[in-house]
Amino acid sequence: MIELSEELLLRMYYKMNQARFFEEKLGELEEKGQVHGTVHLAMGQEAAGVMACLALEEGDLVSLSHRGHAQAIGFGLDVNLMMAECLGKETGYCKGKGGSMHIADVENGNLGANGVVGGGFGLSCGAALTQKYQKTGKVVLCFAGDGATDTGSFHESLNLASIWKLPVVFFIENNQYGMSNPVENHMNVENISDRSEAYNIPGLTIDGNDFLDVYNTVTKALRYARAGKGPVLIEAITYRFSGHSKSDKQLYREEQEVKEWRKKDPLLKMKEYLRENRIFTEKQIQKMENEAIISIEQAVEFAKKSPSPQLDTILADVYA
Amino acid sequence: MKTNDMTKMTYRDAIRLGITEEMRLDRDVIFLGEDIGVYGGAFGVSKGLLEEFGEERILDTPISEGAIVGTAVGAATTGLRPVCEIMFMDFITLGLDALVNQGAKMRYMFGGQSQVPMVLRLPAGSGAGGAAQHSQSLEAWLCHVPGLKVVTPSTPAQAKGLIKAAIRDNNPVCFIEHKMLYDSVGLVPLDEEYTLEIGKTIVERPGKDVTIVAYGTTLAKAIEAADFLEEEGIRVEILNPLTLYPMDMKPIIESVIKTGCLIVAHEATKTGGVGGEIVARVVESEAFDYLTAPIVRLGGLDVPIPFNQELESAAVPQRNDFVHSVYRLLNRE
Repeated sequence: MIELSEELLLRMYYKMNQARFFEEKLGELEEKGQVHGTVHLAMGQEAAGVMACLALEEGDLVSLSHRGHAQAIGFGLDVNLMMAECLGKETGYCKGKGGSMHIADVENGNLGANGVVGGGFGLSCGAALTQKYQKTGKVVLCFAGDGATDTGSFHESLNLASIWKLPVVFFIENNQYGMSNPVENHMNVENISDRSEAYNIPGLTIDGNDFLDVYNTVTKALRYARAGKGPVLIEAITYRFSGHSKSDKQLYREEQEVKEWRKKDPLLKMKEYLRENRIFTEKQIQKMENEAIISIEQAVEFAKKSPSPQLDTILADVYA
Repeated sequence: MKTNDMTKMTYRDAIRLGITEEMRLDRDVIFLGEDIGVYGGAFGVSKGLLEEFGEERILDTPISEGAIVGTAVGAATTGLRPVCEIMFMDFITLGLDALVNQGAKMRYMFGGQSQVPMVLRLPAGSGAGGAAQHSQSLEAWLCHVPGLKVVTPSTPAQAKGLIKAAIRDNNPVCFIEHKMLYDSVGLVPLDEEYTLEIGKTIVERPGKDVTIVAYGTTLAKAIEAADFLEEEGIRVEILNPLTLYPMDMKPIIESVIKTGCLIVAHEATKTGGVGGEIVARVVESEAFDYLTAPIVRLGGLDVPIPFNQELESAAVPQRNDFVHSVYRLLNRE
């Protein structure tokens, strides 16, 4: 068991709440028609996205999935700049040219969310190759969903990472559906982690809604990869409460199923843990939640007030 | 080493020399691909590099084009300068997501945050009996993707100058080398700082009667035709767009203004080919008013490359196609 300081637990709970409120607000804006295009919400998957990132060391890198807001917040991205990007503003991470699906902060090691399912596996191998070649001691954490493990890119990349012993941890958020297709219909293995056997690398399946399980497992996996032993595959079992995107009428699942999973809400589970272990007072918990809400409200205000990009930027940055 | 010396070498050796010099100059340059180590590459381009640079920098990969290109994009984004060999250009189909959706777009879609300095070496073209899956010239696909640069050398000197420029460029550069040119010989500058600027079209042969734009082995056929026509007093001007995308149109437009006649030619299938784009840009330009005859597009037939040798050569433009086209343009037939 890894010792958790109060300061770390505080940051964990704060960021989980930030991730939840960020997406609640973004979902509201979308429903009001204030978001151009689409957003992929990960409400219900916060323990996976946030905690995996909190296990990283300074200088480690990440590649995010298309459902990447919680992952980005966990990695430490500024919610103001994230919200501005989701609204296509000049002040956003990508100056309004990327949107929700391409939020990146390359200089700080976030190689970007990825609009192509499975698009991040190869990039992560390459970023890990750089770390190995330059002997930086840093590790790449590569996020993807269950559906992405059916792509050729997943299998090519795990094979390559295994034979070259690349410092990369593949972290799969199994939220039970590849868009509408349930996992049991799109793969014929019991656990996604079983796929690690084909590449002779460690594979683990964990409770992705349990913040401690995620944090502890990723910490150990990062340690393994950092020691030069090669990649690790982690499958975090979780669930998305909302649809795939705004076009999703959710015809493929019963309301009852969503209700059952809501009982396993990762935020509630963490709150229970904090209460049971009397780590923070009720007042402190409330304060953290309020601060998280305020930070998101401020982010929305920042984004709304921000200007749209100038039209003359349209040709900028095609080439370096 | 600064020198004005030149030496005769093959196109294959010139590419290798360019890569070797860049790898000696810059430790961030690594080279990955299938069978590039002990085997020396399917066409012998990487022969000897493993001995000089070791396994850390000469990386033999599994047969995983998607992972090769994806890894190169990720490595380039984080500070290395990878060169990849895709054994045959035909196999780039397996690496296109990493190239087109990732590498080419990252800088723009991230608002200018990143750069992707990588080179994809793509052996292309027919003539070796490779049949439909080992003979294609797919450059037009790549020229349709903003963010990529597409270059193609036609001589050993150009091969060295362009591969070095491609490795030094901070963008993904597709370096298309024609398989039938590997054994061609020419004088190559030995200067380590000799590079050819990407984004320049050059005049290969000055003339005044007809403009031909061609590259690869098709350029060699155009030159043969020009030699033949010169004996009849016809002076053909030949331009070589060393960079196919983004293409430098100015010299082409200037040449058409001078000659009034234009032939564009390539081995790639005519429909949707780079030649059509050149023609469109010429007729959009001031050169339109100077045209004295309809433009001629010579391209590969719209068929997969056939295996049989006679069929194979009939599928792409040959020397005589140039000769007849020039006669037609000048009303000499």
